[in-house]
Amino acid sequence: MMHPQSARTGDNAIEAVGLVKRYGDKAALDGVSFEVRRGTVCGLLGPNGAGKTTAVRILTTLAKADAGTARVAGIDVADEPQSVRRRLGLAGQDATVDRLLTGRENLVMIGELHHLGRRVASARADELLEQFGLADAGARLAKTYSGGMRRRLDLAATLVGRPEVLFLDEPTTGLDPRARNELWAVLDTLVDEGATILLTTQYLDEADRLADDIVVIDHGRVIARGDARELKREVGGAQVFATAVDVARLGEVAEIVGRETGTTADVDTATRLVHAPTDGGPHVVSRVADALADAAIEVEDIGLRQPTLDDVFMTLTGAPIEETAQPEPAR
Amino acid sequence: MSVTVPHIDERRGRALGDTWVVARRGLQHIRRQPEALADVTVQPIMFVLLFAYVFGGAIQVKGGSYREFLMGGIFAQTIVFGAFGVAIALAYDRTNGAIDRFRSLPMARGSVLAGHAVASLLRAMLPIILMSLCGLVVGWRIHSSLLDAVGGYALMIAFSFAIIWLGVLLGSLLPSPEAVQGVGFIIIFPVTFIASTFVPVDTLPGVLRTIAEWNPVTAMAEALRRLFGNPAADFGANAPWPIQHSILYSLLWIIGIIAVCAPLAVRAYHRTISN
Repeated sequence: MMHPQSARTGDNAIEAVGLVKRYGDKAALDGVSFEVRRGTVCGLLGPNGAGKTTAVRILTTLAKADAGTARVAGIDVADEPQSVRRRLGLAGQDATVDRLLTGRENLVMIGELHHLGRRVASARADELLEQFGLADAGARLAKTYSGGMRRRLDLAATLVGRPEVLFLDEPTTGLDPRARNELWAVLDTLVDEGATILLTTQYLDEADRLADDIVVIDHGRVIARGDARELKREVGGAQVFATAVDVARLGEVAEIVGRETGTTADVDTATRLVHAPTDGGPHVVSRVADALADAAIEVEDIGLRQPTLDDVFMTLTGAPIEETAQPEPAR
Repeated sequence: MSVTVPHIDERRGRALGDTWVVARRGLQHIRRQPEALADVTVQPIMFVLLFAYVFGGAIQVKGGSYREFLMGGIFAQTIVFGAFGVAIALAYDRTNGAIDRFRSLPMARGSVLAGHAVASLLRAMLPIILMSLCGLVVGWRIHSSLLDAVGGYALMIAFSFAIIWLGVLLGSLLPSPEAVQGVGFIIIFPVTFIASTFVPVDTLPGVLRTIAEWNPVTAMAEALRRLFGNPAADFGANAPWPIQHSILYSLLWIIGIIAVCAPLAVRAYHRTISN
């Protein structure tokens, strides 16, 4: 008997159409649509409580949408959850490795629950431990692992069943910078091998570095999408910036930067930073520098920077990404 | 690519296999965290010693020694405490994301709960064996026929099975392992004490005495005393129905708990995890 049509129309590994999920009277998702092409990495970017985790839970069959449809690997998640589960790997937000099992036992268990059979599951576990630099730690209980090792084990666990689509929910949250870099390197390898990944993150540099396409969501809605370059273009080019030494002269700096760029400069008193958009390139910087020197205003730093996704978020939501943060709805 | 739908026998095989994988994990947890067994090992041993040597001298039972009376009660109480273990394990799995991971796998439906239940039933054997040995040390003996003795142990296993579903229900309803501890202590602890667990109930005042007489823990304790040929609590000539038919009354409770708690537990579990 054949499978009831796992229709793989098109090149999309994930298709979400109009997803709605309410918790009480709060809409965690309020009509979210996006798709992820096969073999690409999509970054679902947004602050805490934006609805990222809810979207992942629906796509991975853990929660049911109140409205809308979703297909993963061409299969409807609501109609055939078991078929979808055979094709996905999920790394949840808090590295759900079993702390009282060894690293190897964790992977073997997942393999057995994928019905690989004990022997194949064992071989697969060894292979993954090797690949993720955990071969030496395989016989140790996972509770003795560092945060970074736990994340790597968690990631390895999602790959046991050779999934077509990987879901990584905030894979580097809570890691120190070194562990974060290590994990990024591992993810780079997966990306190079052509994995299809949906990755949620509240770190803009993470989405910038790992994702081909970025979907920005806030308050349960998609507010922007595109690749990093397109999103940055929305903010409108580069910014000239200057950091004043003396906070008392910040107003004068702002005036000069504003005059030279022909705009009104943004001022951040706390960091003594003044910045304004410009399309004048390095010339503007030198004019600003000259004007500051003429006025005898000392600056710590001056220059031109390309917009970051932070700026994108600022432009789209009117608030920096950290400040819109709010608690994720209870599960 | 198309995937064939597994044959029905294969699916059943998978359900059993998945259940065993989850159960084996539960047993590994117990082995690697033996301190979590304290409520069904150290604590009952403490009660045996405390009541046998400290309070026992002051408590009179008719027709035999207090220590032989004590064991039926300790068995019943220890089995009831078994509800904590499964409830805590389940609440823990739910709060730390393990259940989510299981649910993202192509596992047979229901095998997570079933696996927890199997592990808990095996876990429940340990205190029964341990209490038997502990009883033998303080002077408890089985005076009945082999058949009755086997019946006593069978009744304990059946009661354990029922209690596990109570634990699954608690573990699905309560938000955290800490809440399980708290609620369990407030509800389960008194239930095992307002009973003939440690004392003959004829000294209890009116309402408490009635509660104790109809308490399933009393019935279990009395049933075990009867089946092991140990001295029973004296309820006088017109003992209430549950005491006169303690074995039947215990079995009714076992069936009742399973019939009520198992479906409620499965429903509560599915409701809590799908949000």
